[in-house]
Amino acid sequence: MSEKENVIICRCNDVTLKEIEELIDQGITEIEEIKRLTRIGMGPCQGRTCIPIVASIIARKTGKSYDEIGIPATRVPVRPVPMGVLVGDEDEE
Amino acid sequence: MKNKAKTVIIGGGIIGLSIAYNLAKLGAEDIVVLEKNYLGSGSTFRCGSGIRQQFGDEANIKMMKRSVELWSRMEEDLGMDVDFRQGGYLFLLYDEDEVRDFKKNVELQNRFGVPSRIITPEEAKEIVPLLNTEGLLAAAWNHTDGKANPFKTVFAYANAAKRLGVDIYEYTEAQNIKVENGSIKEVITNRGKIETRRVINAANGWAKILNKMVGVDIPIEPYKHQGVKTEPIKDGEIKPMVVSFKHDGIYLTQEAEQGGLIGGYALKYGPTYDITPTYEFLRGVSYRFSQVIPALKYTNVIRIWAGYYAETPDGNAAIGRIKEIDEYYIAAGFSGHGFMLAPAVGEMVAEDIIYEKTNKPLWFYDPYRFQRGELRGKAVQMG
Repeated sequence: MSEKENVIICRCNDVTLKEIEELIDQGITEIEEIKRLTRIGMGPCQGRTCIPIVASIIARKTGKSYDEIGIPATRVPVRPVPMGVLVGDEDEE
Repeated sequence: MKNKAKTVIIGGGIIGLSIAYNLAKLGAEDIVVLEKNYLGSGSTFRCGSGIRQQFGDEANIKMMKRSVELWSRMEEDLGMDVDFRQGGYLFLLYDEDEVRDFKKNVELQNRFGVPSRIITPEEAKEIVPLLNTEGLLAAAWNHTDGKANPFKTVFAYANAAKRLGVDIYEYTEAQNIKVENGSIKEVITNRGKIETRRVINAANGWAKILNKMVGVDIPIEPYKHQGVKTEPIKDGEIKPMVVSFKHDGIYLTQEAEQGGLIGGYALKYGPTYDITPTYEFLRGVSYRFSQVIPALKYTNVIRIWAGYYAETPDGNAAIGRIKEIDEYYIAAGFSGHGFMLAPAVGEMVAEDIIYEKTNKPLWFYDPYRFQRGELRGKAVQMG
């Protein structure tokens, strides 16, 4: 059991396998809800590492198919970008 | 699913859940909450998380003063820590007119016990060392304002309501409300019918769709607003919510737990049900944020997202009974203030329903003020 505490699923926000399985055991099987409660998918990687893993954990524990689970929306920016780069040179837009 | 209930609340966001919890707490039984998606999925989970008492009118100040009392003891009341942090709200003021208006607001806030005050740019810089004070004349500051975690708060209210016997049905959409001779008969959902005499419309962005089912017209329209999130920055760097109307209503703060910065500005689209984030926002928010906090130029943006402000013509919610239909209530159109107001709104609506009176300023949010043309002063609104 304690092994699951040491398995990090989300490297950005240090979320463990144990935390995710506990939520699913409480009946929270919606990836969007798990995302918002644990912050998986909300760090700098924006879910590129953790979301497929979490989806597979949900699939394994609930028997839902990958399609049923669905994948949270991907939004801009695709990868982290400094604000200064977005603004460009000093002046307004 | 139950096929009969005394009260059906439509909308499983912070407002619907706070009303459900407060009704049950006052002893009401047989309450059902319907949520067409998952809890919080409408506006609450997309909100900017700010909680402030710095409003410009008596009613909102009183409501927010009460809400902050409730936010402060939410962990005891609901049994879950919701990351409420009183990091304060700092309004940046750049010209004499702004200073004059905010002085007036501060006087009013002080009269009702909110300890806000006008401070110098130097004091503002002490609170937020990264602040660019160029051109800054003064700031309005209240250290008892703050923020909380919208995700945790929704679960806290939902769980507390369930413990008091409330039934919450997710993925259950109210598709029609049947009314006969001015009385509600049943709510028809995608999962069957629920016989009921009382419906509370807490659907905010979708409130007008429900109103249409019963032939009521209240001007509430969904506008797309957006938020931005950065990578984590050093803990405690930007504790308060920093607001500047001179920069198109920007607001920004460091999230309590995760350390990233969140915020937004007044760019809006709509009325619309589209919530695709826009590059225009990403660029616009980066420009404005880095004017106020220059160091942010070097900070990575990791995400933007969009949600609705369910807006009314005066930026204040419509709360109260709808006279044409017996036992039909509305609590919607929060115009971006629903999260912060939810604790006191839940109490107020529950008191009005159970005791038929409340010591809170329900009159101010009268849903009929629009048709009478009695608009309130525009509520201070950010983002």
